[in-house]
Amino acid sequence: MTSTPSVVQNSGQVLPAGHEPANLGDILERVLDRGIVIAGDIRVSLLDIELLTLKLRLVIASVDTARQIGIDWWEHDPWLSSRARPPVEPGPRDPEEVEAERRPRVAARARRRDVGREEWDEIDG
Amino acid sequence: MRSTVEARTGTGDTGRWLHGVLREADLGLLSGLPGMTGEPVRPVRAAGLVAVVSAVPLTEYGEEALHRNLEDLAWLERVARAHHRVVDALAGAGAVVPARLATVHHDDGRVAASLTERRAELAALLDRLTGRGEWGVKGYVVPGAVPQAEETAGPGGAGAAYLRRRRAQLTAREDVQRNAAAAAAAVHEALSRHAVAARRHAPQDRRLSGAPTAMALNGAYLVDATAAAGFAGLVETLGARHPELRLELTGPWPPYSFVAERPAEPARVREPAW
Repeated sequence: MTSTPSVVQNSGQVLPAGHEPANLGDILERVLDRGIVIAGDIRVSLLDIELLTLKLRLVIASVDTARQIGIDWWEHDPWLSSRARPPVEPGPRDPEEVEAERRPRVAARARRRDVGREEWDEIDG
Repeated sequence: MRSTVEARTGTGDTGRWLHGVLREADLGLLSGLPGMTGEPVRPVRAAGLVAVVSAVPLTEYGEEALHRNLEDLAWLERVARAHHRVVDALAGAGAVVPARLATVHHDDGRVAASLTERRAELAALLDRLTGRGEWGVKGYVVPGAVPQAEETAGPGGAGAAYLRRRRAQLTAREDVQRNAAAAAAAVHEALSRHAVAARRHAPQDRRLSGAPTAMALNGAYLVDATAAAGFAGLVETLGARHPELRLELTGPWPPYSFVAERPAEPARVREPAW
């Protein structure tokens, strides 16, 4: 199997991408959201992963477009839905404190669904 | 669940960043493949499997540093690309189970323990992935591909005509989206039948895709290497059949979309609500 990416468009033309770096969005959505999860020793807390993932997904996926075509992943995804998530990982920090901190931050993001626009502008800028 | 205290009592100042897991026979030409810091990646062997790791400084990849750095999207891009380069190179040599970003162990022994613990699952995944690659197919909306109804004359003055026109524009836009959604479902269905497994991911935002129009399909398909040419041909055929979508094929990718321990999704996605 070759690992050279290629692009096929409707014209039927096959364009070998050669050593062009793959599209950043394609890479980010794969390495952050897919791939096997193996518990390492050094862990970014579930809290931080959740916020990062939420932020990136708001960048990566247009909520409106997703709704229009009937995809509602954010309501079922354990990374995003607090209803589907287990409690925040206990650790040196008081879980109550973590949870109390998490609630308004997540709620704020849920209210401002367009937060991803601002985040993405940081990369562009 | 390990505590932070334990994690911090590791030995030394470096951790092991996990890129992926493969079989010894598929290890290929590992020597010299640069990892996260530019230093060559290394194999860690256990339970008949090989984990490919990069040694990483904990000052940058330790727990607190990761918290900070993952929020830095420029750092994240660099790290994501470096990790992907390694995984992609491994996939070029054989079956690989890609690790999610930021999987860091304290030392080789801890990596080996993870391999041993998950041996059966990893071996089964490798069996399933052998000789197969992931292909991405995105479908972008093509406005105006389907002819719209002519504006009809009606009673009333300029204001009424404006409202009629405006309503017709909105209806036309909805039609474009509806047609694109239906085409996306049909294309995904057809591609799924040609694939070992299929996933439909959330469409990328236009700012990220860089495309001038909205994405209606963001599919991933696990395809036998021997069937890859036929798959590409099918994408062409479907593109011609559905002018309301512009299809784009990328790959082969490492099988990122086909190793998560989520319940298997049906190849057929839920139909839109209308």
